[in-house]
Amino acid sequence: MNLLTKLFLVLTVAALGYAAYEGLVVAPTEQTMGDVQRIFYYHVPSAWTAFLLFFSNFIASIVYLAKRNAAADAVAAATAEVGVVFCTVVLVTGPIWARPVWGIWWTWDARLTTTLVLWLIYVSYLVLRRYSVGSQTSVLAAALAIFGFVDVPIVYMTIRWFRTQHPSPVIGGGEGSGLHPSMWPPLLWNWLAFSMLAVVLVVARYRLQTMEQEVEKEHAHAALQGSPQ
Amino acid sequence: MHQPDSRETNGSDDRPILAVEPAILVANVVKFFGRFAALRGASYRFAAGHLYVIVGDNGAGKSTLLRIIAGLMEPSQGSVTVLGSASLRSVAQRVGYMGHAPLLYDELSGMENLRYFAGLYGMHDLAVCRNAMQMMELDPDLSRRVGQYSQGMRQRLSLARAILHKPEVILLDEPFSNVDVHSAGEMAAFLGRLRDSGKTVLVITHQANVMGQVADAFVHMAAGQIVTAPSSNQPARIDSVPARTQ
Amino acid sequence: MSTMTMARATLAKDLRMEWRSKDAINSMLFFGLLVVVIFSFAFNPNAEESRHIAGGLIWVAFLFAAVVALNQTWARELRNQVLDAYRVSPAPANALFLAKAFGNFIFVAVLELLMAPLFIVFYNLRSVGPAWQLVVVAVLGTWALVVNGTFFAALSIRTRNREMMLPLILFPISIPALLAMVDSTTSILTGEASPDFWMKMLLVYDVVFTSVCLLLFESVLNAE
Repeated sequence: MNLLTKLFLVLTVAALGYAAYEGLVVAPTEQTMGDVQRIFYYHVPSAWTAFLLFFSNFIASIVYLAKRNAAADAVAAATAEVGVVFCTVVLVTGPIWARPVWGIWWTWDARLTTTLVLWLIYVSYLVLRRYSVGSQTSVLAAALAIFGFVDVPIVYMTIRWFRTQHPSPVIGGGEGSGLHPSMWPPLLWNWLAFSMLAVVLVVARYRLQTMEQEVEKEHAHAALQGSPQ
Repeated sequence: MHQPDSRETNGSDDRPILAVEPAILVANVVKFFGRFAALRGASYRFAAGHLYVIVGDNGAGKSTLLRIIAGLMEPSQGSVTVLGSASLRSVAQRVGYMGHAPLLYDELSGMENLRYFAGLYGMHDLAVCRNAMQMMELDPDLSRRVGQYSQGMRQRLSLARAILHKPEVILLDEPFSNVDVHSAGEMAAFLGRLRDSGKTVLVITHQANVMGQVADAFVHMAAGQIVTAPSSNQPARIDSVPARTQ
Repeated sequence: MSTMTMARATLAKDLRMEWRSKDAINSMLFFGLLVVVIFSFAFNPNAEESRHIAGGLIWVAFLFAAVVALNQTWARELRNQVLDAYRVSPAPANALFLAKAFGNFIFVAVLELLMAPLFIVFYNLRSVGPAWQLVVVAVLGTWALVVNGTFFAALSIRTRNREMMLPLILFPISIPALLAMVDSTTSILTGEASPDFWMKMLLVYDVVFTSVCLLLFESVLNAE
């Protein structure tokens, strides 16, 4: 690990620490919900981060299909995995928040449901990567990634409309509910910290993937020199 | 119109030096399946209007090479140029491929199969299909489904399908498998006639003795590479490979 | 050498082969019947309630029947490796895709034509809204399932667990279309809401994903 990486790691840990402080201590206690509401500072940034990661996966997949570039494929694999992790956080923190506050574990509100569908789509992507045989896994995965991401806005609009037809409780206030100004800093700090964490995780996963590619290349070279395995 | 080189049936120098562009140029082709290197830097110039017989042990990479030339697979490294084009899709109309498997629909009759494949090449003339079947000594009016054909009939129909569109380059993978000696000889003679009319023919076979009379050159493959023939390259050596019935 | 001509030729060939052997369609029809019967045992409402849940039940039933049809899309091309003969020819990949997609559409439509009347009978269904809207929803919805299903069936060819993989990757992406199909069917049957938005949504879905399929199919077909 070079100096830059070490520095970034330290900064990430610091950011996470400070963001936790902001969210758990500094931020004001919410009027009606009490301290449980603080989970909002984890729930929302995780969602934004997951979305950004899936968007990166989309771009990387397009680049891969166009250029057949191994690095792009490694980025796609890494961002999908880390994205699913953050998405899981959203889906877990949602019910944890909802239960004490609204008395329900789950609600089919637009954002939570979209997150669930997103999670399903990208888990299916990871399953395809795992179960595909042959040398063309990357091509198949990239194709599926494009389908998946193109689906996201459609999913969101569909569920929004479904919800206007069949209203149900919304976690964290409706679309129009404003955020008290003092709640913005902890939210943004947590988002920064989570983004940095996402970068660390993606880079680590990317490095793992490229190392695997290197190992394959070494084996390939050996096979070329000597007799084939 | 290319003048064929003098026939080289003794398997000596298999690399004719040509002043004209080869029909197929294989340059340092490598193909990986995971960690297994099926092809490890194969190179060859296939001259137009020649008949090449590709021989080698199982696992030498013969079928893999042919599939890459046919455009069914991309090489991991290296390049293949067919009829002057690196994009194999663009010359698809001028290339015919007969695979190891029959490449036919069992549920359709011979003519129905050929009519469908002819359509893929933009040909809608029934006479072309009928002629192709008759050339292969098959009855175009036979309504029997291909699934009920004998192996020999199926191989001949598969060959008919491969040459239906009068391609300039014909690639065949084990055309004689499970075919009786007499039919194999006739097919071999037919391939020779194709070569005589200026086509470039590549044949993979374990039954090299069948091709002995018509081949221009034998291309030896071993362990993923095209090798120069072993030093004792008498026809006897090739002929001594027993005809494998599967 | 137009794509549509090739697609038509391939579709004709597939229909002819299916007509001769009838192996896929027979088992699918029986499966469809079984699904309707089982659902009718499991969800046994009175006539009033049935209009509210029928939409969901019917489309879930269609979805499972469709998966059975989709799983055999490429089976014939893989036997005898005859797909190689297509790939080696100059025929465009999209012609093959469209032929398979239309073929699947026909199979699933036949299934629906069997299953829908059975549902009407078992649930004593009568639609409050106009029936032609149900037909539009059925057409758009079936295409949504079939177009992606045909593509993902091609993806699944090169996986270890072929039959399981197809529904696994098809269902998540189809969720918005399914929601649209179910809710619009319910709206029409009960007459309680307008299905217009849903029908437009399905149309958008169909257009978007048909385009994506056509863009990417060649890469997937030739991924060997």
